[in-house]
Amino acid sequence: MLSFLIRRLSVVVPTFLAIAFLTFVAIRLVPGDPIEVRTGERGIAPERLALLRHELGLDRPVVVQFLDYLRGLAHGDFGVSISTKEPVLREFFTLFPATLELALAAMLFAVILGVPIGVVAALKRGTVLDYALMGTALAGFSMPIFWWGLLLILFFSVDLGWTPVSGRIDLLYYFEPVTGFMLIDSLLSDQDGAFLSALAHLVLPTIVLGTIPLATIARMTRSAMLEVLSEDYVRTARAKGMPPFRVVGIHALRNALIPVVTVIGLQTGMLMGGAVLTEHIFAWPGIGSWLIESIERRDYPVLQGGILLVSGLVILINLMVDLAYGALNPRIRHGR
Amino acid sequence: MPLLEIEELSVDFKTSAGPFRAVDGVSLAVEAGEIAAVVGESGSGKSVAMLAVMGLLPWSATVSAKRLAFDGKDLLGIAPRQRRRIVGRDLAMIFQEPMTSLNPCFTVGWQIGEALAVHLGLSKAERRARTLELLHAVGIPAPERRLAAFPHQLSGGMSQRVMIAMALACRPKLIIADEPTTALDVTIQAQILDLLVRLRDETGTALVLITHDMGVVAETAERVAVHYAGQKVEEQDVRSLFRDPHHPYTAALLAALPERATGRMLPSIAGTVPGAFDRPPGCLFEPRCRFATARCRDKAPPRQGAIAGFALCHYPLAEGRPVGHPDPDAGRERAA
Ligand SMILES: Nc1ncnc2c1ncn2[C@@H]1O[C@H](COP(=O)(O)OP(=O)(O)O)[C@@H](O)[C@H]1O
Ligand SMILES: [Mg+2]
Repeated sequence: MLSFLIRRLSVVVPTFLAIAFLTFVAIRLVPGDPIEVRTGERGIAPERLALLRHELGLDRPVVVQFLDYLRGLAHGDFGVSISTKEPVLREFFTLFPATLELALAAMLFAVILGVPIGVVAALKRGTVLDYALMGTALAGFSMPIFWWGLLLILFFSVDLGWTPVSGRIDLLYYFEPVTGFMLIDSLLSDQDGAFLSALAHLVLPTIVLGTIPLATIARMTRSAMLEVLSEDYVRTARAKGMPPFRVVGIHALRNALIPVVTVIGLQTGMLMGGAVLTEHIFAWPGIGSWLIESIERRDYPVLQGGILLVSGLVILINLMVDLAYGALNPRIRHGR
Repeated sequence: MPLLEIEELSVDFKTSAGPFRAVDGVSLAVEAGEIAAVVGESGSGKSVAMLAVMGLLPWSATVSAKRLAFDGKDLLGIAPRQRRRIVGRDLAMIFQEPMTSLNPCFTVGWQIGEALAVHLGLSKAERRARTLELLHAVGIPAPERRLAAFPHQLSGGMSQRVMIAMALACRPKLIIADEPTTALDVTIQAQILDLLVRLRDETGTALVLITHDMGVVAETAERVAVHYAGQKVEEQDVRSLFRDPHHPYTAALLAALPERATGRMLPSIAGTVPGAFDRPPGCLFEPRCRFATARCRDKAPPRQGAIAGFALCHYPLAEGRPVGHPDPDAGRERAA
């Protein structure tokens, strides 16, 4: 177990360095720097531009800037936002709960629906139901997030008026964040209707963000289940006279979940990409919206720090998936 | 009344190339406490016939029989719920591949205990005590330590012992053992066969032993049914079968035993068991039979009486000579 962790961590450090370097260079390749973007079309006197650049250290060679950045990172310093003058790390942790809440809700939605759909499709393989479920899953899998989000907003928010269009909660309610999770904070605030409002705001973004993982999990569960159902040990379970819910729900599903958990983990990593778009569509004040705004402002410290932190998160999730995989699969756990 | 009654059991598979009869009018009666063997080359329909008894065939199989009953209870029209009260409790089965027949995700103790919980409703402490007793009975050393073992930590022989313990859990009246030693090393094979015979002697559990190995039959069984291409071609008690086989196929199987080999080469039966699409029109063994005549080729053979071992043959053997054969010395030159 320990050696496993050490092996994994030895890969993590070079990965981090590579990500840090690539983002650092890539964002500087985009035309316009933080100062030009702020002055816009009015333009700026060249002397003043040079002065402001010098203040931000942007006039130094990129390599020097990068080494400086690395030195900061080594001390846990992710820099300060150019536009808000707030430390990047603090902004990240202020906004992160909103993204986490959305991602968790989306993943929960995807797992709770995806696993049973996959199991049912496997049990009914070759029937109309199977084709219907898997056809829908394929459609969901290839759904463009932006288009899907707008479609849902048009239908549920504009036509039916059931759900709010944007934000995390009605402006009527205000309370200081305690956990940063709107669902929990609204309950703690004791204000009538706050929780329901938070919930209503969460529904559409959850569906939009959860659709691709839902489809992927359903398809993966189906194929894993089909494979497992023909295994000898499933026949043994039936030969023991076990009822179908034990044969399918315990003996088969427990084995089928091993590959499914891997997929869930990979999807959680990819969710961060989808979250950026989803947050943008629904004006959800999380990491995604923060990063998109920072691109517009060319806020270099936020972009390089934010992307590095998100990558760290994805790496952490993948590490946790590997650990969960070991916990689920006795053969891995005992190091064979 | 026999414990297990199989009368004219047939199993048809729907395959993409049309229907295929894997078991063709097979009969077998097993008395309480008896050891009966079903012997035949691979592909003779032995497994399929027994899976039909257990109700473990896939949906693509159609089972028909004049009578199929266990302990006086009809198994043909039985509701799945009723069947699960018998299967795994009074009627148990162990399989050819012990390593894949145990569920890799659960401990040995859990898998044995499950049957005790579901069928007998034993408490946790009772299950543990009974499981230890069972592991001890099947000759597993240090049973306390094996309770928490996962299947991948066991050898093939140990896995088969666990399978036997699991089959014995609810004190069944009959165990069907489908090639229980085929996948094991030779030394382990003998141990497992000894164990099965000893358990029968101690508990009075009847045993149907499926095998392709006449040597195994000689060591364990009391009565033998010989299967070929889905049909029963002969049935006798073991001693008379070895002394005077009545079907040419049985004679050929016995001649292929290593201890009966006369030359330096181990004799084997030329050709293979016919499959779905190369079934001869008359006697199914005709293409490989050294006594075959035009009649054997054109006409399905009759079932002989008890005195000729119920042989399914036009010219059943008596003391090695085909009775009623147009050329009584037939096959001699080839046999020599
Ligand atoms: N699910 C199935 N679908 C189609 N054919 C099958 C199926 N299971 C077994 N068979 C066929 O039935 C025949 C008998 O198989 P089996 O009972 O396993 O033989 P044995 O146990 O005597 O070696 C074989 O020809 C096999 O190919
Ligand atoms: Mg078989």
